[in-house]
Amino acid sequence: MYVAVKGGERAILGSYALIGEQRRGDPGVPELSLEQIKQQLRLAVDRVMTEGSVYDRDLAALALKQASGDTVEAIFLLRAYRTTLPRFGYTRAVDTAGMRLWRRISATFKDLPGGQLLGPTYDYTQRLLDFSLEAGGETLPPAAQARAEATVAEAVPRVVDLLDSEGLIEKSAMDPSDPEPADLTRQPLDFPASRETRLQNLARGDEGFLLAMGYSTQRGYAHSHPFAGEIRYGEVEVLIEPEELGFPISIADISVTECQMVNQFAGSKTEPPKFTAGYGLTFGHCERKAMAMALVDRSLRAEELGERIESPAQMPEFVLSHSDNLEASGFVQHLKLPHYVDFQAELELVRKMRAERATDAAA
Amino acid sequence: MNPLDMQTSSIAVTPGTRDDGYNFAYLDERTKRMIRRAILKAVAIPGYQVAFGSREMPLPYGWGTGGIQVTAAVIGPQDVLKVIDQGADDTVNAVNIRRFFQRTTGVAVTERTREATLIQTRHRIPETPLAKHQIIVYQVPQPEPLQRLEPRAFETRRMHGLAEYGLMHVKLYEDIARFGHVATTYDYPVMVNDRYLMAPSPIPKFDNPKMHMNPALQLFGAGREKRIYAIPPFTKVQSLAFDDHPFAVQKWSASCELCGAADSFLDEVVVDDRGGRIHACSDSDYCRERREGSVQP
Repeated sequence: MYVAVKGGERAILGSYALIGEQRRGDPGVPELSLEQIKQQLRLAVDRVMTEGSVYDRDLAALALKQASGDTVEAIFLLRAYRTTLPRFGYTRAVDTAGMRLWRRISATFKDLPGGQLLGPTYDYTQRLLDFSLEAGGETLPPAAQARAEATVAEAVPRVVDLLDSEGLIEKSAMDPSDPEPADLTRQPLDFPASRETRLQNLARGDEGFLLAMGYSTQRGYAHSHPFAGEIRYGEVEVLIEPEELGFPISIADISVTECQMVNQFAGSKTEPPKFTAGYGLTFGHCERKAMAMALVDRSLRAEELGERIESPAQMPEFVLSHSDNLEASGFVQHLKLPHYVDFQAELELVRKMRAERATDAAA
Repeated sequence: MNPLDMQTSSIAVTPGTRDDGYNFAYLDERTKRMIRRAILKAVAIPGYQVAFGSREMPLPYGWGTGGIQVTAAVIGPQDVLKVIDQGADDTVNAVNIRRFFQRTTGVAVTERTREATLIQTRHRIPETPLAKHQIIVYQVPQPEPLQRLEPRAFETRRMHGLAEYGLMHVKLYEDIARFGHVATTYDYPVMVNDRYLMAPSPIPKFDNPKMHMNPALQLFGAGREKRIYAIPPFTKVQSLAFDDHPFAVQKWSASCELCGAADSFLDEVVVDDRGGRIHACSDSDYCRERREGSVQP
């Protein structure tokens, strides 16, 4: 009954107590520590950092704990915290060619300088429930040796840079003046949106939404012939160059996942046939998101490349206005709020229309 | 729960205490200044949607983040705040927003429309006429009145630029052709100052006439859509209509079960499982005032 929605402060405080109790669960079971979440739920932490737009494993773990593991709720907590933080300045563009790699694969070349490096991945696991984990007391793999083999310390060129030497792929040179990037958390999204702005939106965008959008391009809605040119996951250095110093200083090493999709392009009147690229980048290890982002980035370039715009994944307003899971989640769930004034207005209208129809039928 | 309990007696002005862990009204001063600039522009161009750098608030999008940011930008320590949702002060979201401002500003709060200097509202305009010293802040889910007809913001912005509102008139005409009257009952589009088509937020069209020549400053905040707009005091606000189909508001055959009002917007309350129902004022403060006899029926 609608009246029950009117309960006020006491009901709200009551809901705090209940959700706190549910989050904790059975007090006889030891409480989760942030360290456990950080260590053992790494991929959840990575997703919360990526879509929460804050690289901080501790805060992301805290958000996950507070949100009872609800990823979108955890992202909400992190974003609401982030909004109050002051901006000190911009870092230099991160150089992913200098990444210390934990994983690097290319689907376009069998072998290539730097080689293929499978690294940590669920890709070739057989998805059989491992009941040895159920019991606890997991036996640790000989990790030290695996890691020694798995980390490539020296810089390995990016696949697109190899294609570039032949002129086979479009150039995406950095603007030498290094202009300040748009910041979607400070300025509203405006259309038409530049590619940098679109990428920023996609980087914060919901993984599930981008996955579905990217998937749609593979099923005939804006086909763009993609190849996974390269996926790399590893650590990069973050540099800032304070004006008063005049030289860059390193402030952090962060782990990122980068994906470059390579797409065929038939050429146009002014451009010879060549490959174009779609780009995806995430914090931590979010490979599914990075790949989906690269597909959607490419499909959103339809107008720039003179392709026919027919599908949702090619429409910037459609994609960028609906990619943010906090906007979507908030607005979908606001339907829980009372709407009885509007409903009353509709009720009155429907009754009136029914009465009119009855009168017409009688006449 | 007895439905008659829902119109609980009002609290008078209650001073709050501020949590010093946050800046006054939560937002930092630079953000407030940015929002105030947007508000000033909005006031200068009545009905025009000003894009602003909407922040991610600790409340969800769609739950009043636009109204909250506007309120945070204009509220001062001397203000007396009233927050309503569906006309009532004790609905959970109104309570939550009021608690947010009590905690972050420590300002006095009230449930009485007359005592408030600042009113944040969702879906209603109080029945008690507003006065010159008051500001009313509307929470807006969808600031673009043309969105259901043209979803692309790039296009609707152009239409506003050219004052090209034929699409909306055609929609209203089609309603009349099909149903005999306009089939919009809330968020009914208005023309502001003879220039901009504006979404009044999902207030019932019953409230639309209250916007016209209102002495109070009316501010509209849409957080998720990142827009602010305004109606300055004493501005012409007309609900769209045709000469042969003039605009009309909702009327009830019933009157309020609690205070007997026949001139207020009534909520229908189901009282049993056999179809029994009563009507009661949606504006709980107006209803209380009438019952306490401070307004003659």
